[in-house]
Amino acid sequence: MASVRRQVIINRTADDVYAVIGDPVTIADWFPGMVNATVDGTTRIITTESGLPMAEEIVTNDAIQRRFQYRLAPGFIQDHLGTIDVFDLGDGRSLVAYSTDCEPAALALMIGGATGNALKELKRQLEEDQQPRR
Amino acid sequence: MRKILFVTTDQQRYDTLGCNGGTLARTPVVDALAAAGIRYERAIPQSVVCMPSRSTMLTGQYPSTHGVWMNGVPLPVDAPSVAADLHRAGYRTALIGKAHFEPFMDAFGRFTENLLARSGNETAQRPWADGTVGPHRGFDHLEFATHGAAGMLHYARWLGANHPEAVGMFYAAIDAGWNVSALGGGDTDAPQVTANPIPRDWYHTDWVADRTIAWLDGLDATDDWFCWMSFPDPHHPWDPPESEMHRILWKDTPLPAGYPTTAAERERILDDKPRHWRMWYDGDLVSNYEAPKHWVPATMTADQVREVNARNAVECELIDEALGRVLRAIDTRGWTDDVDIVFTTDHGELQGDFGLLFKGPYHTDSLMRLPLIWRPAPSAHIAPAVVTTPVGLVELAPTFCAIAGVDAPDYLQATALPIDDQDATDRDKERVLTEWDSELWGVGVHLRTITRNGWVCTTYRPGFVHNGNEGELYDLGADPLQHDNRWNDPAVAALQSDLVADLWDHQPQAHTPRLDVEAPV
Repeated sequence: MASVRRQVIINRTADDVYAVIGDPVTIADWFPGMVNATVDGTTRIITTESGLPMAEEIVTNDAIQRRFQYRLAPGFIQDHLGTIDVFDLGDGRSLVAYSTDCEPAALALMIGGATGNALKELKRQLEEDQQPRR
Repeated sequence: MRKILFVTTDQQRYDTLGCNGGTLARTPVVDALAAAGIRYERAIPQSVVCMPSRSTMLTGQYPSTHGVWMNGVPLPVDAPSVAADLHRAGYRTALIGKAHFEPFMDAFGRFTENLLARSGNETAQRPWADGTVGPHRGFDHLEFATHGAAGMLHYARWLGANHPEAVGMFYAAIDAGWNVSALGGGDTDAPQVTANPIPRDWYHTDWVADRTIAWLDGLDATDDWFCWMSFPDPHHPWDPPESEMHRILWKDTPLPAGYPTTAAERERILDDKPRHWRMWYDGDLVSNYEAPKHWVPATMTADQVREVNARNAVECELIDEALGRVLRAIDTRGWTDDVDIVFTTDHGELQGDFGLLFKGPYHTDSLMRLPLIWRPAPSAHIAPAVVTTPVGLVELAPTFCAIAGVDAPDYLQATALPIDDQDATDRDKERVLTEWDSELWGVGVHLRTITRNGWVCTTYRPGFVHNGNEGELYDLGADPLQHDNRWNDPAVAALQSDLVADLWDHQPQAHTPRLDVEAPV
């Protein structure tokens, strides 16, 4: 299984960042190329800009470790695990790592590219909005 | 002002044109342009894969500088663009066919060039390098195609809407594992080959010409225009309309000069090169996505080489005929005397050389010696010539500026193509640089190459199978097939040192930060 990791440092606290990451329905607000997301229990359905709906299973949403994990349902993707970790850098900033483990390998590059772009957008939004998230 | 028809093909070898000595495909249209214009005998890409090379054509910059260091890295939307400068100068601007400045694989619909096809809009307003907001990359009309009917581009949508029965006729270039397919077909079970029953006038080569003619027909007679007509062929898959295969029978097709006919000879030649060559041949290393992951070159038969070459040649003939139709349309509009025509491609194809197919980190003539013809507008009164001095595709953008009378923008890293060898000498044109960088699943390969004074010299940076001391050095005159690697030959040690020093002295500025790979291709 191929693995791609993207990361970004955000000038917001880890709690602020995880408040967004851990609210799974908000993903369409900060993930370019995703136009809609609905959540029902541990199932999230996202729809991409190209009109492709994809079902995901949320497998981890741990606000203490600040780890969010989900799997894209099998289909043209055989196996997938997306992991978003938010690390407290101790100075009001946080490190966000977004990993994609995927088979087929080629799709890890495509999904990983999109996640890298999403982290840039998440940083932009959070750094423009300096209000505490909660 | 002079108008510009910029014609590109994809992955076409120098020796596929009659004017360059090719004997397989008949290319009378391009041959006539060469006879009336300037034929470059050593035109060299700055990268031997599509996205970096095409980005160089558009930006007039080396891959290190524009930042598209391998396929899958999108050219930033606000990268420099010669089309933007021509648009600013009043030119109508179009790109019809294969662009590939942005990845095709785009499940999230993130890239403008994919979204335009879906929206049906001619262009989109995007920022330019200088902060101006204008049509995407400076093109006010964009219609895209690639090598088949899969995906979301204009040609695929057109075929699906008008001839849905033809969509499945093409070779499926990507397999179920999302790798470049190794599936064999045709008469010889050659990879990326299939018999395609599609009628010729539904095929993408004719579609690109049709759409180009339609765009030209919509212009006013007094418009100045820059049209990049970009054919997806003769890039694999080799699946031209089967109705045209009678032109060149594969069983009668000679083996290319670069194909060593015995395994022992192939292995001897490959073993004289840095070891990724032989490792790929044996199936021990696939360093780049563009090569089918599950195909082993050592299994290729001579008949497969013949069939691939025959199909490739048919595709070249169809391109030549399509170009002829466009030139007749231009003539009908009364524009011929004022139209500059530039014909080239983005990189070559191994096509049996060394017992290999496709492309990768292999800087020899198979991939680096390209067709390049410039037929200046007759009204410019530039004498026909043959240029033997090495030139690079990085010189195209400044050439378009010169044709249009636009001051050369600061971002350009080269000057216009020479109009003859004396012009090249007068302007100190002597070296051309080529780069390769790829990193795929921990396998990094990094080449830097200089072509100068009849020699081509490649150095290797440390990578997955290289320690940074490897190299290749070929005498292009004495060894036109690059079978004799002189890198370790003491007789040319001084020359090797000089070329390497020259190479490192002229490395282009690096784009910072390095851009991410965002898709396989």
